[in-house]
Amino acid sequence: MSNYFDKRDFPVFERYKGLVYLDNSATQQKPAAVLERAERYYREENANPLRGLYELSVKATDAYENAREAVRAFIGAKTVREIVFSRNATESLNLIAYSWGRANIKEGDEILVAISEHHSDLLPWQILCKEKGAELKYLECDEEGRYTAEGLRAALSPRTKLFAIAQISNVFGRLNPIKKFTQICHDNGTLIVCDGAQSVPHTAVDVQQLGVDFLVFSGHKMLGPMGIGVLYGKEELLEAMPPFLYGGEMIDTVTRCGASFAELPHKFEAGTVNAGGAAGLHAAIDYINELGFEEIERRENELTKLAFEEMQAIPHVNIIGAKEWQEHHGILTFTVEGVHPHDIAAIFDAENVAIRAGHHCAQPLHQFLRVASTARMSLAFYNDEEDIRRFIGVLGTLRRKMGYDG
Amino acid sequence: MTDNFYGEVLTDHNLHPLHKHDLPTATCCHEGVNSTCGDDIVLNLEIKDGIIVNGSYTGSGCAISQASADIMLELVIGKGLEEARHLNELFNKMIHGEINDDELEELEEAGALQNVSKMPARVKCAMLGWRTMETLLDSEGGAP
Ligand SMILES: Cc1ncc(COP(=O)(O)O)c(C=O)c1O
Repeated sequence: MSNYFDKRDFPVFERYKGLVYLDNSATQQKPAAVLERAERYYREENANPLRGLYELSVKATDAYENAREAVRAFIGAKTVREIVFSRNATESLNLIAYSWGRANIKEGDEILVAISEHHSDLLPWQILCKEKGAELKYLECDEEGRYTAEGLRAALSPRTKLFAIAQISNVFGRLNPIKKFTQICHDNGTLIVCDGAQSVPHTAVDVQQLGVDFLVFSGHKMLGPMGIGVLYGKEELLEAMPPFLYGGEMIDTVTRCGASFAELPHKFEAGTVNAGGAAGLHAAIDYINELGFEEIERRENELTKLAFEEMQAIPHVNIIGAKEWQEHHGILTFTVEGVHPHDIAAIFDAENVAIRAGHHCAQPLHQFLRVASTARMSLAFYNDEEDIRRFIGVLGTLRRKMGYDG
Repeated sequence: MTDNFYGEVLTDHNLHPLHKHDLPTATCCHEGVNSTCGDDIVLNLEIKDGIIVNGSYTGSGCAISQASADIMLELVIGKGLEEARHLNELFNKMIHGEINDDELEELEEAGALQNVSKMPARVKCAMLGWRTMETLLDSEGGAP
């Protein structure tokens, strides 16, 4: 395999020598550049952004707004008015459900959700439908996690107001044809919400090219700090939506009996914002841009291929989803016959390999697939061939460790 | 088989349980669930004159939850309700790392689960069978 990437940029691996971190879908590790940028914000630029009329507050505002511009460019939005900072993908999705949803969904309407969605892209819609007397429908995939254009067309009805789907599922790792799905939705007068939590960190995403109405993602899954996330929405949609939370920063004028609200995107950013987190996310974007998605994908694909092929060669190991490594994008969810996923994770942990076990916040999908729970390894460009070899080494001895003969 | 991760007692009870079956003669049964991990067992007890004369469980879950239920039944079958309650208390103590050596001896094979006290995420797996038995003893078995 060509040039290994070394982990020197990531301080956590200095502290935990020998740690094989394969839970990148849950959250990624942070390069020093991100940590230093967030710290520098607090050391040198901290004041309450968007408020004070003095130099330090201007610096804080600049740090925050420059980050917004970096996000805009990163996902190809038309204007920074379309970029709302939130805490994470979950909060962004709730914002859409509360603000757009409560203003636009009526009794008898339908919302369509892909069956593989993370609970964060399911519960806000489920609650909204219950509240409004609307109907929640599921788009089902085949057992390899594939959704088709025909399936989508058949599931849409004249009453479908919104379709929610992840660009990359956190269980299957499959990249869904969002551009195609957007056209189909728009032909039906349906809006599309794209959950980019697992795609934005791993592949170039351009919202104008995809045409989606909303895109959400989390900073912490793409090298950034926790507590900063993004909602992209088309300007005309965001413009028409009522605020989500009310309070400081999001108003224009307030009187004893009313208020007018601030311009986009501030209308949706009530209260003191996470400027340090935004600065850290900015550094994360710079880091990714410098490395480039071509290189990131090249590395992640090499490692995915290696892991996939080695896993396939181990008896009693079943990979969930596609039968080709190309469709997995660094996410390999699996079961081992006769070994419960929590025992799998415990055995890996004992060997200093961090993987995830459980239902990965996708219980309806596990019910659909008829498995109680699964284990998942998910990689990032900073993993290396040695990480995969260690992972495979443990996987190969797992059943014996549980007392089976082989 | 020296390669047993959890130790032979535990993996043996998991792979070759003694008490995992239906129990038509049961006088009471109760379902215990750990919804976050998906462990799910039904515990059946046959109680006669204050004695647990027979018991079984069915269901699915991780090795710790399954082995723990099996070992528990092995320990309490043939014992009185008071004794079962006492063992339950000891098991609780052990899982919370508060047991002494004499008490540990009373738990016999269940002592194989002592290390779970160092795995906080797995405590509720180990407790599932015991917790379910406690519910049964408190209701059907008559509260103390
Ligand atoms: C596909 C998907 N959507 C949404 C989320 C929620 O992300 P967060 O917890 O950062 O809001 C996750 C992360 O677990 C995810 O994988």
